[in-house]
Order: sequence, then C-alpha cells, then structure tokens
Amino acid sequence: MLRVIVRRLLQLVVTLIALSALIFIWLRNLPGGPVEALLGERATPASRALLIKALGYDQPVLVQYAKFMQRVLTGDFGNSIRTGDPVTEVIGRAFPATIELAAVAMIIAVGLGVPLGYLAARHRGRLLDNLSIAGTLLGISIPIFFLGYLLKDVFTQNIHWFPPSGRISTGVDNTDVTGFFVLDGLLTREFDATGDALWHLILPAFTLATIPLAVIVRITRASVLDVLNEDYVRTAEAKGLRHKTIRGRHILRNALLPVVTTIGLQTGALLSGAVLTEKVYNWGGLGTLITDSISGGRDYPVLQALILLAALVFVVVNLLVDLSYAFIDPRVRVR
Amino acid sequence: MSDPITRPTVGAQRDGVDPAAVEEKPEGVTPSAIGRLGERKRARLDALAQASADKGGVSLIRDAFRRLRRNPVAIFGAAIVALFVLVAIFAPLLAPHDPAQRFDELTKNLTVDSIPGASSDFPLGSDPLGRDFLSRMIYGSRQTLFVGVVATLIGLALGVLIGALSGAFGGWIDNILMRFTDVMLALPALLLAISLVAMASRSSQWTVILAVAIVNVPIFARLLRGSMLAQRESDHVLAARALGVKQHSIVLRHMLPNAMTAVIVQATLTLSTAILEAASLSFLGLGDPDINRAEWGLMLGVDGQRYFEVRPELAYYPAIAIIVVALGFTLLGEGMREAIDPKNRR
Amino acid sequence: MSLLDVRDLSVVFQRRGERPFTAVDKVSFSVEPGQTVGLVGESGCGKSVTSLAIMGLLPRRGNKVTGQVMFDGADLLALRPDDMRDRRGRDIGMIFQDPLSSLNPVVPIGTQVAEVLERHRGMDRKAALKEARELLDAVGIPDPNRRLKEYPHQISGGMRQRALIAIALACKPRLLIADEPTTALDVTIQAQILTLLKQLVDETGTALIMITHDLGVVAGLCDTVNVLYGGKVVERAARHELFARPRHPYTHGLLNSVPRLDSPRGERLHAIRGSVADNIPWAEGCAFAPRCDNVVDACLEGTPPLEPTTTGGDLRCNNPVTEEVAVP
Repeated sequence: MLRVIVRRLLQLVVTLIALSALIFIWLRNLPGGPVEALLGERATPASRALLIKALGYDQPVLVQYAKFMQRVLTGDFGNSIRTGDPVTEVIGRAFPATIELAAVAMIIAVGLGVPLGYLAARHRGRLLDNLSIAGTLLGISIPIFFLGYLLKDVFTQNIHWFPPSGRISTGVDNTDVTGFFVLDGLLTREFDATGDALWHLILPAFTLATIPLAVIVRITRASVLDVLNEDYVRTAEAKGLRHKTIRGRHILRNALLPVVTTIGLQTGALLSGAVLTEKVYNWGGLGTLITDSISGGRDYPVLQALILLAALVFVVVNLLVDLSYAFIDPRVRVR
Repeated sequence: MSDPITRPTVGAQRDGVDPAAVEEKPEGVTPSAIGRLGERKRARLDALAQASADKGGVSLIRDAFRRLRRNPVAIFGAAIVALFVLVAIFAPLLAPHDPAQRFDELTKNLTVDSIPGASSDFPLGSDPLGRDFLSRMIYGSRQTLFVGVVATLIGLALGVLIGALSGAFGGWIDNILMRFTDVMLALPALLLAISLVAMASRSSQWTVILAVAIVNVPIFARLLRGSMLAQRESDHVLAARALGVKQHSIVLRHMLPNAMTAVIVQATLTLSTAILEAASLSFLGLGDPDINRAEWGLMLGVDGQRYFEVRPELAYYPAIAIIVVALGFTLLGEGMREAIDPKNRR
Repeated sequence: MSLLDVRDLSVVFQRRGERPFTAVDKVSFSVEPGQTVGLVGESGCGKSVTSLAIMGLLPRRGNKVTGQVMFDGADLLALRPDDMRDRRGRDIGMIFQDPLSSLNPVVPIGTQVAEVLERHRGMDRKAALKEARELLDAVGIPDPNRRLKEYPHQISGGMRQRALIAIALACKPRLLIADEPTTALDVTIQAQILTLLKQLVDETGTALIMITHDLGVVAGLCDTVNVLYGGKVVERAARHELFARPRHPYTHGLLNSVPRLDSPRGERLHAIRGSVADNIPWAEGCAFAPRCDNVVDACLEGTPPLEPTTTGGDLRCNNPVTEEVAVP
C-alpha cells in the first residue's frame, strides 16, 4: 500500500515538473516573447534590453529554468501584468470564490445524482428511468453557459427568485475572514451574510453541477444495474434481509465504488465549467481571472500560475480519490 | 459452468435462467433415431430442427450491426446526424440568402437594443449585422460539421499514432508516451484548450480546431493502447504468434483493427464534445474572429451572449441546433458502444 | 403432511419482443420433513428456476409463475412479498453454486453471517457475531475468530462455501435448498462439502433439496430423485430404484454416460446424443424425442403423461427402458 502511495506521488511530481517545463518553454517562445508581452510592441530598444537583463533572459536557458523553478517552488510567480499586484495575491483573492462554488456544485451533483441513479436503476425501463436517461443526455449535450443564461433569464428576469450575478448583495455587510463568504458569515455570526451568499450561490452552483450531475446519475445507474445482477445480491435476498440492509450494505456499498472514481474525474468538469459559469454570473473567481487574463491582453504570469494550480488541484484530488479507494475496497487494501 | 454430462452450453449464463440457453445451434437429428419414425413425422422433426438452426452463426461485426439497427435510440441518433450532414451538404440550395450579405432593409432598422425580427423575406429575422439569420443557421451546419469533424479527425490521428506506438512497442517508448499523456490529462479539458489557444498570438478557426483536437489526443491514445494491451493477451493474437506471424503484421492485421472499434465509438462521441468545446471557446472570446463565418458555436457564444436580452432567438436557435446535433452523435455513439459490447451478445 | 408440496409449478419467461419461453412446466413434487430430495438434469432443464421460484427470488418482471408451493400449510407464491421475506433465511435457507460471487466482496464474512441472525433472531451485533463464530466453527472453518474479520477474497473456495452453508443454516431452517453447491469447487473439496452437508442435515433434521447435474452427488445423498427434462419431471423414483432400474431413456443415458472403473475394457462411454437445443416443444410430443434411442411414433403425438410406476415412482415415457443397470 505504502509503495503504491509513494509511486503515485512520484508520478504526480514528475507530471507536474513536466508541465512546469512545458509552461516555461511556452512562455519563452511566445510570439514576440514575454518581453514584448510586457512592454508592448512600441517599446524602445533600450528599455527592452533593460527588461531582458532584469528578467534574466540573457542567461543560459537551463539557468533560467532553475531560477524559474526556484521561484515557483517558493510560490513566487511574479506580478500581474494587468494590475501589477503579486500573482499569488491575485489568485488568493479569487481562489475561495471558485472553491465555494465548486464545492456546492459537487454537493448538489452527488447529493442528487446518487439517489437519482439508484432509483433509475431500480425502476429500469419505467418512466422515472426514461426521464433520468433523457435528462442526463440533455445535460451532457447542452452548452452549460447557455443553460446558465437560460436559468438566469427565468429565475432572475421572469420570476425574481434569485439574484442575477455576484457573490453577495451590495447592502449586506460581510466581514472577510477566509474569503469563503458562507463560512465567513458563520464564523462572524453574520448569518444574514451567510444566507445572502447561499442565495447567490444557488443558480451558479446548479449550472455548474449540470455535467457532473448527469455523469454521476449515469454511472450510478449503470453500476447499480451491474450490482443488481450479482450473485451476492441474490444471496442477500435469499437471507430475507430487509430492503434497507440490502440497499445499503449489499447494493450501494459495491455500486458506489466506481462512482467515487467518477467524482474525482468530475473535478475536471467543475474546473472547466467554472470558467464558463463564472463568466455568466459575474462570479469573481479563478474562472473569471482566467478569462480576464487572456482577453485583456495576455497576462502570462497569472496564466501560468493558474494553469499550474488547476493541474495541481485536479491531479491531487484524483490521487486522493484513488487512495481513498484503498480504504473503501478491501480487495485493494491487501495488495 | 462445466457440465460433464452435456456438451458445454455457450449461451447459458446461469443454469436454466437464460431462455437463450435453448436457442443454440443444434447438432441435428441423427438418422438412426429418425429411421424408425414414419415419413410424415420425420419431415416434421426436420422442420423443427431447421427452425432453431437458422438462429446460429452470425459474424461478430454483422451481429453488431444487427443490434445497432434494432436499437431505436441509435437509429434516432443516426437520423439526426444524417439530417445534419444533408443540411450541411445542400446548404446553398436550402438557404434563401447569402449568409455573409448585409441587407439594407435590415441594417437600417438595426440599433443597439433592437434587431429586426421575422419578416416574409427573412423568416428568422436579422442577425446583429443585418444578415439573414436563417441562412446563417443553415450555412452554420457546414462550419459546425467542419470544426467538429476536422478536430476529431486530427485528435484521432495523433491519438491513434501515440496509442499504437505505445501498445505495439511497450517498454520505454510506452513509458515516455504515457507520461506525456499524463501531462496532458493533468489539465481539465477546457482549461487545456484555453491554454492552447492562449499560446497562439491571435485566435483563428485553426487555433480552435487544433486546441479541441489536442485535448482529445490523450483520450484516444489511452483508449487504443488499453485495448491493444488487452488484445496482446487474447487467444487469436497468441495463436498468430504461435504460428510465427511477424510482429508488425500481428500489430497491423490483428491488434490494431480489433482495437479500433472502441476508438471509432469514442470518435463518434467526441464529435459531440468537440462541437460543445468549440462553442465554449467562442463564448470565452477565444474563438474564430472572422465575423463572416457562420458557425453555431460562434453564433451562440458571441452574438447569442451579447444580445441575449435584446433578441434571445440569436442564442436559442444555435443552442438548440447544437444540443440536437450533440445529442445525435451521443446517441449514435452509445448505440455503437452497446452494439459492440460483448455483454450484449446473445 | 409434507413439509414442502410443489404443485403444477410453471415459470414462463416473457421478454418484450420475444416469444414466451416455458422454463418450468407444471412441475410437482414434495419433500417430507428431514428428507433429502434431488432435482437432477442438464443445464437449462429448469431445475435452478424451480428453486428460485420456490424461494420467490425470480426477477419481479419478465416472468410469470403459476401453480402452488405449499410450505407448512401456506402457499408461498400467494404470500405478500414482505411475509415471504420474513421466511427466507429463517424457514428456508439456500446455498448457491459459486461461493465467490455469492458472497459480498466488500463486507467481512462475520457481518455476512451475523446479519441473518440479527434479522431473523433479533440478536444485536455482538451476540450475532458470537453466534456467527460458533457457526463458522460448526461448518469446519478453522480459526473462526480471524475469519470473522476477513473478506471473501481472503479465504479459499471451500471455506467460502462453508461460510455460505453457515449463513444458510444460521437460523436452523426446516428446508435447505442447495443449488449445485459443489460445481464450482475442486474435486477434493467437493467431497468434503457433501460430507459436511450430509452431516449437518442429519444432525439438524433439516430437509434438503439438492439441485445437481451430477449423479454422483445424488447417489450419496438423496432419498428421492426427480429427473427433469425440458422443464418437466420425466422420472421420479427412490434413489436405489432409480440407479438399479432407470426407466426413462434420458435417466438411462445419464447413468450410462458416467465413466465407470468396472466397465469392460474398450467399451465406449455412452453419451446422450445432441443437446437440449434439439428439444422439440412438449406440445409437439416428448421434448427428448430427437435425442432418444427408444423413440416411437407416439413420442411425436402430444405430451406423454406422467404415470405412476409399479415401484412407487412416476414416469413420463411411451417406450421405457427395460434392461437393468448395476448400481454404480
């Protein structure tokens, strides 16, 4: 077991190093180069030479890479070209917003997806099953930014149930402690702030949850159908066990194993979807930061840090999911 | 299940429960037993035996096609795809106007918060630049199909190359190629596409196509490698090896064709995601900057977004078109996957 | 009164778009308390479906079960699902063919034994685990304390089947149904499991329905044997009667196809021709006719009736075998 962990960790490190090398090469070979990106096309040769020296671009490539890695490892990603603020600070401000959104979306996707998938499987071929199949197919076929606009149109323009954008209403007084508005409200006992933040979260979170929800319903359904055909479920029935025991201990405990893996992979869908969802709802998170860093003249220092961060989150979450497998599935544990 | 007193029964999963168990290919009735029967009875027995004999012996691919044809959902998906392709091919015949032409009668009524709606000449009204929206929708099928198919094909070609090298050679080549795909898979799909587009100094239709294609490369590569590795241990490859068939011919004639079925199914599904990903890039402002190009993702992501409040149809029509087409490819792809799944062979 | 009385049990599978398939066709037999009854036949003869129908374990949809299964004066087929659920595992236990797939891979053995006791005997987890330990010990699993915490993949095939037997017998049921309990096991283990089963039914007085294709199992265990073919009982006889004088050509063929050490040198093994796939529908005649050496015209003129024999059994044949075979 320990060997598996060590091997996976090593693989992770290799992957991240390779990715950072790719990003380094990418930044070095930008059209016009990073200097151009920083100074614009009308810079004087003198200022250009100055910047090249300041950035260390006159040194050998390997030395530069070593310095690059050194800075990356100490968390120094330089300053944003757009705002001039340190990249870590810029990202730090946006990070909690995205995590909050993604976490609520994941809770929705798992909380609705698993029961729905189970029920669909148990009622195979009936109305509920057919509806859930149709729903999941629609869920993976609809561009989620369009769904976002649609929901926004219905729930904020036609019926005013939810706010159209932002994370918190302007009038609400919230104290920033962690950056997670829901959590901050609870910590500072400003419960109206928590309520308001949750109220703002609902539409974006549902929008973002669409794809993971559809995928989790499908995987759960397929997995439960597989398990229902297993001999041990028949054994459990032959023992005369109660429905509740059969469902929990014999069906779901087995059927949810593949679902756990899926949840890890859906982090990717969440990170991708956050970019789109945040733009729809003006949600000031990492997704908005990415869009802004590209469209408002490319802000390379921010971009490279964001890409590394996204990869780190995705890879680490999947590693954790794989490792958690070892604790859920006894067949993996012994190996 | 080994049953010493009978010949092994192929179809039966569990004793007696599977009705298919009795539908196996019969051995036929031996003459000695029939000899004692009357002529009329003999003919009847033969007819009965023949009726069950007809059910056996269908080849795997034909079998898969048969199952696909019987799957109404897959047929529905195929019908959508066929309609989509037909509209794309015959767009010039179907569209009432040139999709790039700006009409004076439309532009003169065009303001920031009002875009002319339907009229007899322009059934779906105008787009934000005074062009015929219906014609743009019809021509849009062409560009959408183009982006989807070309991106999928490029992704497929590169992925198959990597996967086949990996699966055929194994060893350090496999190791390096797979670490390479690891790096690509370390970024979620859309983020990888965004990074790739951001690499280019300015976007064009080709940056979008390439970005979407590259996102799918590791998926194809892993899939092909996986099924080739599974093939390597399979009986028919072992048999070929035992017969002294050369390595490259085993790979090309035996392993690759068999492994490709899964890849082709994946490609069908990818057509759907490629169209959606291209639309997402357009929405983020990273799409094709050519304002004359009519492509659904572009129309939805740019004009649909910008004028959603003014004229939501600008978003609705391309969105519905994209949803229907994505659904069509998904249904067809999943029907194909079900059809080749050995679990469904009966 | 019989413990179990199966009357005219039929199971028809009906899948959408396919013609109905009769897996079990008006099967009747009874089991006396403490008796061991064999259901014998090839794959697809309907013996497993019969047992699943008795247990009420057939899928809810896609099949139609008719007839009566009288157990203890009540018709099990007419019981409400929840009442049947109360009886399963308590009054009737069942052992399945493949011990590995029949045990839940992610739940410890101990829990899988204990949960039956918790359900039917109202024990709490602690008492149930203590009892489970005793049960594992009773079925001959060494070091039962350790096994309680282990998972199915960690113990051997024979031990898994012992664990399943422990589960089936945990509530001391009056009837045990064993569906090919030894087929998936190694030959050496097979004998051990059969000996264990025999010992346990003798000790507890549990009646046993032994479902098998293996006449060797029948010879060592069963009091009465029902031979099934194509979903119907074709011959029923006491064990010694059946082995000494098989009357149905199918039974005869089964006995002849068992390799014997005392057969003359060079004598060929007599396999039954063809397979169940050659069957003709019972409505057309005798399903076995296409494979039968004794076939006569009457065999293609409607279903032969099941008629009592002079030796106290029943037989469904127009032209029975008359020669005797030595008991193997």
